[in-house]
Amino acid sequence: MRKFIEGSMAVAEAVKLCRPHVISAYPITPQTHIVEHLSQMVADGEVNAQFINVESEFGAASVVLGASAAGGRAFSATTSQGLLLMGEVIFNIAGLRLPVVITVANRSISAPINIWNDHSDAMAIRDAGWIMLFAEDNQEAHDMHLQAYKIGETPEISLPVMINMDGFILTHAFEGVDVISQEEADSFLPPFKPAVHLDVKNPVTMGVLAEPQWYMEARCRMQEALYESRPVIKQAARDFKGKFGRWYGDVIDTYRIDGAETVFVAMGSLIGTLKDAVDDLRGKGEKVGLLKIRCFRPFPGQEIAEALKNTRRVAIMEKAFSLGASGILGDEIKAALYATPYRPEISTFFIGLGGRDIPKSSIVNVYNQVKAKQQNNVFVDLKTELVK
Amino acid sequence: MKEIRIHGRGGQGAVTAAVLLADAAFNDGLYSQAFPSFGSERMGAPVQSFVRVDNDIIRRRDQVYTPDYLIIQDYTLLSAINVLYGLKEDGLCLIDSEKTPEEFDLDTKAKVVTVPATRIAREVIGRPIQNTTLVGALAGATGLISVEAIKNSVKNRFPGAIGEKNAEAVQVAYDMLKGGR
Amino acid sequence: MARPIGTYSKPGSSKANKTGSWRTEKPVFLHDKCTDCRICVIVCPDGIIFGADKIYDPDYDYCKGCGICAKECPVDDIKMVPEVR
Repeated sequence: MRKFIEGSMAVAEAVKLCRPHVISAYPITPQTHIVEHLSQMVADGEVNAQFINVESEFGAASVVLGASAAGGRAFSATTSQGLLLMGEVIFNIAGLRLPVVITVANRSISAPINIWNDHSDAMAIRDAGWIMLFAEDNQEAHDMHLQAYKIGETPEISLPVMINMDGFILTHAFEGVDVISQEEADSFLPPFKPAVHLDVKNPVTMGVLAEPQWYMEARCRMQEALYESRPVIKQAARDFKGKFGRWYGDVIDTYRIDGAETVFVAMGSLIGTLKDAVDDLRGKGEKVGLLKIRCFRPFPGQEIAEALKNTRRVAIMEKAFSLGASGILGDEIKAALYATPYRPEISTFFIGLGGRDIPKSSIVNVYNQVKAKQQNNVFVDLKTELVK
Repeated sequence: MKEIRIHGRGGQGAVTAAVLLADAAFNDGLYSQAFPSFGSERMGAPVQSFVRVDNDIIRRRDQVYTPDYLIIQDYTLLSAINVLYGLKEDGLCLIDSEKTPEEFDLDTKAKVVTVPATRIAREVIGRPIQNTTLVGALAGATGLISVEAIKNSVKNRFPGAIGEKNAEAVQVAYDMLKGGR
Repeated sequence: MARPIGTYSKPGSSKANKTGSWRTEKPVFLHDKCTDCRICVIVCPDGIIFGADKIYDPDYDYCKGCGICAKECPVDDIKMVPEVR
């Protein structure tokens, strides 16, 4: 049913459809509305889950770890400092191969304190071993939750999934969303059947000590599982399209990329504005297209390289960067292309940090800069007088 | 596509006004989008909210820089910040005020319209909260969205007597501005 | 040498923020029955009522119109009136 709702409600409705057993979260802007809605749904008896209030994000992550280990379907949501506070447990959830789903309402990292959107939080824990998906709009965020549990709970994958949606820009935006019915959701997402779970009748230990003789093997298997998840993520997207007719790409998506001499690359809600900018530029005869990275971990290097093979120039727009190093997407895309004969000219831009708005005109400026010459790690719309 | 920017102060319901407009447009069968300017919420601080309405799906998510319509909830903002920026020449600026548009002498080619929304809200709703009244006024002044859709959105958002009163204020302001003022 | 941007701020920023524009109602001090009790001065949450010798007035640049002074005035010498815009 099509409803006019807030992005946070679109997420809460989707989580409800996934029939979680345990929800645990600690409120933090701009994630708060998601868990407020869920807490209300649990209190109203619409969701048959335990909503476990905790003292911190560390507690919330620990609760969903335990719930998943006990064989339950578990959900949490957080952002920014909350995700950092979860940090230790985030790595453990992945290492224990527990298919928890966490929604991150992406926000910058302090200091200075800033509650607005960028991708610094997700990028800070990118090496934790989670499957990391980025939603373009609230419909995709809604639909992604069903796909996320399906992917993560696939027995041979058994990994947690982080759904990233831009804080405020998506979480607080109201728009029309097709809310899936419970019946349809149930036919897409089967109940969670873990191969092994904590059970007093069949006791096991989870959270074991791995000595040097086999720690490396455990990490190797995690790495393999992440790579093996790529076809599973693609299949989930195809299955979803087959059932619901909606398609957002699988690990990547492309827009008007045929014959494009210049291709923008980005993740998240910026894709929408970029599509409009691409249409405007195409309308003026500019050969420009767009590559959307939908799945950041596992990193779809081969798919990206293949999509960019006929392109002259690439403009990578990043909402985070590695302090003291470079743009994260930029470096990883360059590394992916290094394994191929393709050598497009790559320009990298940092944009929208700490919630700075990204007007369509700024995108057009970026395009003109890229067309003039290659650019490295340019802060878009920087107030140069403030950094003298 | 029609773009609307609402300027108010924290607590005046600028975000709710945007959501009501977009919700009503959605119920009129249009595509719509509403979002706040994402400040850290403080009563009284200048805030903005944004609405887009279109016949096609809306993809862009930048703020509204060249609005077709402006709603000014608090005219003291006119001297505090440049609320008129980007307003289209054939656009419309709606201000809550007892004054006439001429008294504001605004530097814009767009049409300026005033409506005593706070007074209407005080009289009809019993409280000086005029966001719903202004939404009705915009519908009346522009015809962008039907008054029925707005009243339904208002009643859904505020169930019971308070919703009925707000819907009444919507109608009063709509009637006042319909057909020009 | 100043510290880098974003690492500190200077005091006094609330002076620049003239919160008087938030008002929907305005306290008018009638200067009629005032007894110099100074309760209005004490209860004003913004500390912006000043005066002496039975003549007190708020600083309208910062008065948010909360109405506490009018409510607490023991001799009803403060009246709240709508702020006409």
